[in-house]
Amino acid sequence: MMKVVEGSYGIADAVRCCSPDVISVYPITPQTHIVEHLSEFVANGMLDCEYINVESEHSSLSSLVGASAAGARTYTSTTSQGLALMFEVLFNVSGMRLPIVMTTVNRALSAPLSIWNDQQDTMAAREAGWIQIYAENVQEAMDLTPQLFKISEDPEVLTPSMVCMDGFILTHVYEPVKFLDIEKVKEFLPPYRPEYVLDPKDPKTFGAFADPSWFTEFRYQQYQAMVKAAKKIEKVSKEFEEVFGRGYGGLIDTYSMDDAEVALVTMGSVVGTAKEAIDTLRSEGVKVGLVKIRSYRPFPEEELKRALQDASVIATVEKDLSIGYESALLTDLKGAFYNSPIRTPIVGFAAGLGGRDIGVKQIRKIVEKASRVKETGIEAELEIFDVKQECL
Amino acid sequence: MKEIRFHCRGGQGAVTAAELIAIAAFEDKKYSQAFPAFGVERRGAPVMAFARISGEPIRIRSQVYEPDYVIVQDVTLLEVVDVASGLKPEGKIIINTDREAKDLSLKTKAQVVTIDATRIALETLGRPIVNTTMLGAFCGATGEISLDSIDKAILTRFSGSLGEKNLAAIKTAYEGVSS
Repeated sequence: MMKVVEGSYGIADAVRCCSPDVISVYPITPQTHIVEHLSEFVANGMLDCEYINVESEHSSLSSLVGASAAGARTYTSTTSQGLALMFEVLFNVSGMRLPIVMTTVNRALSAPLSIWNDQQDTMAAREAGWIQIYAENVQEAMDLTPQLFKISEDPEVLTPSMVCMDGFILTHVYEPVKFLDIEKVKEFLPPYRPEYVLDPKDPKTFGAFADPSWFTEFRYQQYQAMVKAAKKIEKVSKEFEEVFGRGYGGLIDTYSMDDAEVALVTMGSVVGTAKEAIDTLRSEGVKVGLVKIRSYRPFPEEELKRALQDASVIATVEKDLSIGYESALLTDLKGAFYNSPIRTPIVGFAAGLGGRDIGVKQIRKIVEKASRVKETGIEAELEIFDVKQECL
Repeated sequence: MKEIRFHCRGGQGAVTAAELIAIAAFEDKKYSQAFPAFGVERRGAPVMAFARISGEPIRIRSQVYEPDYVIVQDVTLLEVVDVASGLKPEGKIIINTDREAKDLSLKTKAQVVTIDATRIALETLGRPIVNTTMLGAFCGATGEISLDSIDKAILTRFSGSLGEKNLAAIKTAYEGVSS
């Protein structure tokens, strides 16, 4: 069934179709309607699940640690400062190999106080051992929800996941979406039956003390699980497409990349706007294409190298900064190419910070600047885009 | 693709109006999108919302800078906001006012359509809430969506006598600008 709904409602319905056993959330700012709709589903008897209102995001994720270790399918959602408050627990979840799925709504981190969209929050959590996939539109964020439960719960992966979706731009938009069929989702995503659970009759320890003679091996296994997750993301994407008829590519997707001289690399909702800009630029004869990063963790190193090998200039467009050294995606992408024979210039644009709108005009400007690198060489590896000099 | 920008004051329901246009356009078998200009909403402050209607899936996610249509729910905004900013010369701006278009001295080449939506809303709904009434005017002035679909969209939000009253207000406004 297709219907026009608010993005948050679409996500809540996708979560309902995944039949979570426990949802634990902090319902107050910063939060979205996602958890509000879920609480309505539970209250109306549309979702049979333990719904816990807690006093902070630290507690929401901590309570899911217990529930997940006891064998429950668990879900939460947060954004910006809420994710920052979860930071300690993020590492506990991934270290204990608990397949919690969280919709992380991307919003700027204070200060200065901002409620608007950028991706600084999840980018700051990129080392936390969570799978991170960025959605271009509401439908993709919905469709990712059962996929990520399936990937996270895979015994070879057992790694938590974040569905990253741009705050306001995707959570508050009304647009037509296809609703998931709960029966089909049940078939696609069977109940969670973990091999190891907390059980008083068969006691085990999760998150045990690990002295230096053990710690490295835990981290090694987590690292290997993330490598396996990359394969599973590809596989589950294909399975989803077969069952539901909607595909988005695997770890990455490409747009208009045949013969592209300038290649943009970006992720999240700005991909849609960039595609519009590329269509216009192509009609004017500008050879520009786009690589959309879906999976940022695991990082699609090989796929990116393959997709970008023939470009003359590569430009990242990202909504975060690593204050002190560039921006996360730019640095990661350069790292992917360093030991390869490909020496294409790579420049980065940090744009859309704190919700500054990125439109077709801004993308055109970025493509124009990147094109110039072909003649002039790299002048600045990172440009913080659209700075108002008169305000400084 | 047609792009629409709504201007109102916080609490006057432009965001709901944009959503209803998106729902109605989808009823007409078109793709649609609606979203507010995200801000810290305060009652009475100038607020914007946007909608897009297209025969193709809509990928663009930026705000609307060069609208085909502008809907102004509160005429006092003309003194504080450049409501016609970027409006396409072949477009239309629909304003809730009891004045005539020529008396508004708007800086635009686009057609200015006026409708006394406040009077219609007071007479029909008994309250000066004009967002749904303005949808009737939009329908009549642009033909971008059918009256039928707007009515269906309204009934997803308002049921019973409130729904009926809103439909009546929409019809009056539709006829007011169509004639």
